[in-house]
Amino acid sequence: MKAGVVTVLALLLGGILAPVVVAVASADPGTSLHTLVQTRLEASGVEHPVTAVLLNFRAYDTLLEIGVLVVAGITGMSLSRAGARAEPELRSTNTLLHALARWFVPLMLLLAAWLLWAGSHRPGGAFQAGAVLAAAGVMMRLTGLPTAWIAPGPMLRLGLSAGFSVFLLVAAVGALTGRAFLAYPPLLSGPLILVIETLLTLSIGMILLGLYVAAAQRDGADE
Amino acid sequence: MTLNLLVAGLLFTPLAWAVVSLLIGFRAGRWLAGAGMVLQAGVTLGLVWTLTGQGGFEYALGDWQPPLGIGLRVDGMALTLVLLTTLVASACGLHAAGYLEADRPGQRYFWPLFWFLWAGINGVWLAGDIFNIYVGLELVTLAAVGLVALSGEPPALRAALRYLFAALAGSLAFLLGVALLYGAYGTLSLRLLAEAVQADGTGSAALALMFAGLAVKTALFPVHAWLPPAHGIAHAPVSALLSALVVKASAWVAIRLWLDLGPVLGSSGGAFLMGLLGTAAIVWGSWMAWCQTGLKKLVAYSSVGQVGYLFLLFPLTFAVSDRVAELATQGVMLHLISHALAKAALFMAAGNLIWAVGDGRIVSLAGAGRHLPLSLFAFGLAAVSIMGLPPSGGFTAKWLLLQAAWQAGQWGWALAVLVGGLLAALYVFKVFAACYVDKASGDDFHYPPRRLDLMPLGLAVMALGLGLVAGLPLHWMGIGGAP
Amino acid sequence: MSPGLLYALAGMLLFVMGLAGFALLRHLLRRLMAFNLVGSGTFLVLVGLAQRPDGEPDPVAQALVLTGIVVAIAATALALVLMRRWFDLTGRTRLDGEADE
Repeated sequence: MKAGVVTVLALLLGGILAPVVVAVASADPGTSLHTLVQTRLEASGVEHPVTAVLLNFRAYDTLLEIGVLVVAGITGMSLSRAGARAEPELRSTNTLLHALARWFVPLMLLLAAWLLWAGSHRPGGAFQAGAVLAAAGVMMRLTGLPTAWIAPGPMLRLGLSAGFSVFLLVAAVGALTGRAFLAYPPLLSGPLILVIETLLTLSIGMILLGLYVAAAQRDGADE
Repeated sequence: MTLNLLVAGLLFTPLAWAVVSLLIGFRAGRWLAGAGMVLQAGVTLGLVWTLTGQGGFEYALGDWQPPLGIGLRVDGMALTLVLLTTLVASACGLHAAGYLEADRPGQRYFWPLFWFLWAGINGVWLAGDIFNIYVGLELVTLAAVGLVALSGEPPALRAALRYLFAALAGSLAFLLGVALLYGAYGTLSLRLLAEAVQADGTGSAALALMFAGLAVKTALFPVHAWLPPAHGIAHAPVSALLSALVVKASAWVAIRLWLDLGPVLGSSGGAFLMGLLGTAAIVWGSWMAWCQTGLKKLVAYSSVGQVGYLFLLFPLTFAVSDRVAELATQGVMLHLISHALAKAALFMAAGNLIWAVGDGRIVSLAGAGRHLPLSLFAFGLAAVSIMGLPPSGGFTAKWLLLQAAWQAGQWGWALAVLVGGLLAALYVFKVFAACYVDKASGDDFHYPPRRLDLMPLGLAVMALGLGLVAGLPLHWMGIGGAP
Repeated sequence: MSPGLLYALAGMLLFVMGLAGFALLRHLLRRLMAFNLVGSGTFLVLVGLAQRPDGEPDPVAQALVLTGIVVAIAATALALVLMRRWFDLTGRTRLDGEADE
């Protein structure tokens, strides 16, 4: 009964939205942000337009977005009751995984570094690199490589907020030097973006890994 | 230059305080919080001073003008709400500093979440970019969910999950509307959109999606079910923040979108539907409040009802004379402000009462009238504004709404306002009746620290006095944005 | 039909499917997956509609989607942590009182 009603409503919504989507796709908005981004790209300090939008033109969105990630990380820590205790039952004893991890973890660290560097001129950037970093951490944890540093504690708190803090400081310096909040000094925007992205990569990796660790709590409940 | 520092200070302080209080513990966080509140108050007053001197303005973040960059709309309405936030959030923070037990695990994460919430709320008031509104609302939502879940107990987890799911669904409906508007008009700036939109089905569909999403996040009837458990289970100062400010953030986005885009994209049918849902919320929320047996649940359901008044804005500003639209807008904004002050006071006073009697049932309050006169006094003063009796801000707000309904010839909404006041009186007196029942057994009250009564009392007095000085905020809110 | 429109229509379909799933499913993990479906659909509509027939992708839309994805991941991870703790404390996989499947 309920399934039927919901299906009918969903079909109805789809029927209303489909013509709207078609109409929007065929309309011409006239102004195009795309060309605007291209003309100002040089002043942004990076060569890749997506990175320019993320870390310069619309950096405020990104600052708040990292804030959202940090909030998720904080809540994860606040709910984690497992402490620093390593959880042997979550560890895999698969020998193949162990052998692979030895190869993969260093490779993934390299890949993360490359993704970070690539972000300035081609698709890539802090988030992709941070996600790969976190994946490497998950692999380490699964195979029992030392990961005590990721347990809730001062290290994790510092690590997950480092990228956000530096981003925020740079933003404030922009206002203090008489330009605007989040405005980079003219010649330093390229290097500053790289510094911010590097620290963001580390923080994003730690937040994602920290959330992974926080979710896997075992208080002796049944499995 | 000064302007730059003021705006930057407003954005920077809560975010920086969030990070620093993450690195220190709960106790040190209290002292830090006090400094942050002073700073935030100074910056807010500076901005209000600037506003009255030279009018509102658009602030281009990163020195990139919209549409390429993100603009903040620093106008009278937004700044009045920033000032409200400074008042209410400071009171809630000070209350929390004494109300929360410092030594519980996880308590150290209260201050970071509190400051992130504050930053997000300020961000939403000032936002002038529809995608930025989405990000700001998400920051508010996640911080609020984190605060609800802080105790880590199953009821809190359940309420937090319900809240999170509802809010996320609302955000994505909003984001789909953003996607349609961006596809159709190629800009995200609300100011530029207001100039560009044309009356066609596309824009209206996008706006309808956004309102649907915001209605879920604001807990408009009939999508309100997530609110009472979340606001009922959280710690009292957190509930105060949620009811006073967090639901107002999404309501404010709806108000701003409607005032900017509604004249072109709105329809009288849509406006009528919103008014109808608002009326249903007033009746249902107030009725359910009266049915509750738990004190905080009662106050939470009262929020469901009070939020309904905000949606009377839609029918009372669509296709009416400018004078009526102005009255309705003033009435709704004044209601938003006075409800924020009064509801925060109610929740904190309720928290003090619960602390004293040891459990949250209304029947347990028997004898509280004799032993806790101050907490009960704060509760009563705030309730005067909720009921809409003179001289409170709630009264002036309702009076403005009644005038708007009268002049527009839309009698139904006036009736909704009046019925809402009567129902509010019913549930308020239910609490008072319980408090003055004489208790046969000996009193086993645990008196909360005296200073905890100051915060609800202060806010309640402000809500009460708001009616007498309503001219000032109304004058500020009349100051427009960029010329 | 341009590729952009195809993406946008597919995204809209995902959005509606996800929403229906969200309304019908009670298992927490499935609800979360439905939410992610809604999110992916929204992002597809966003990039699809911004893609003009003249070919070049719109970097602003891509940046918005990237921001949206990060926000969605944060929300998903937070929901998972809450769900996991709920499951550990109560042994249940849904919020309402019904028995688990």
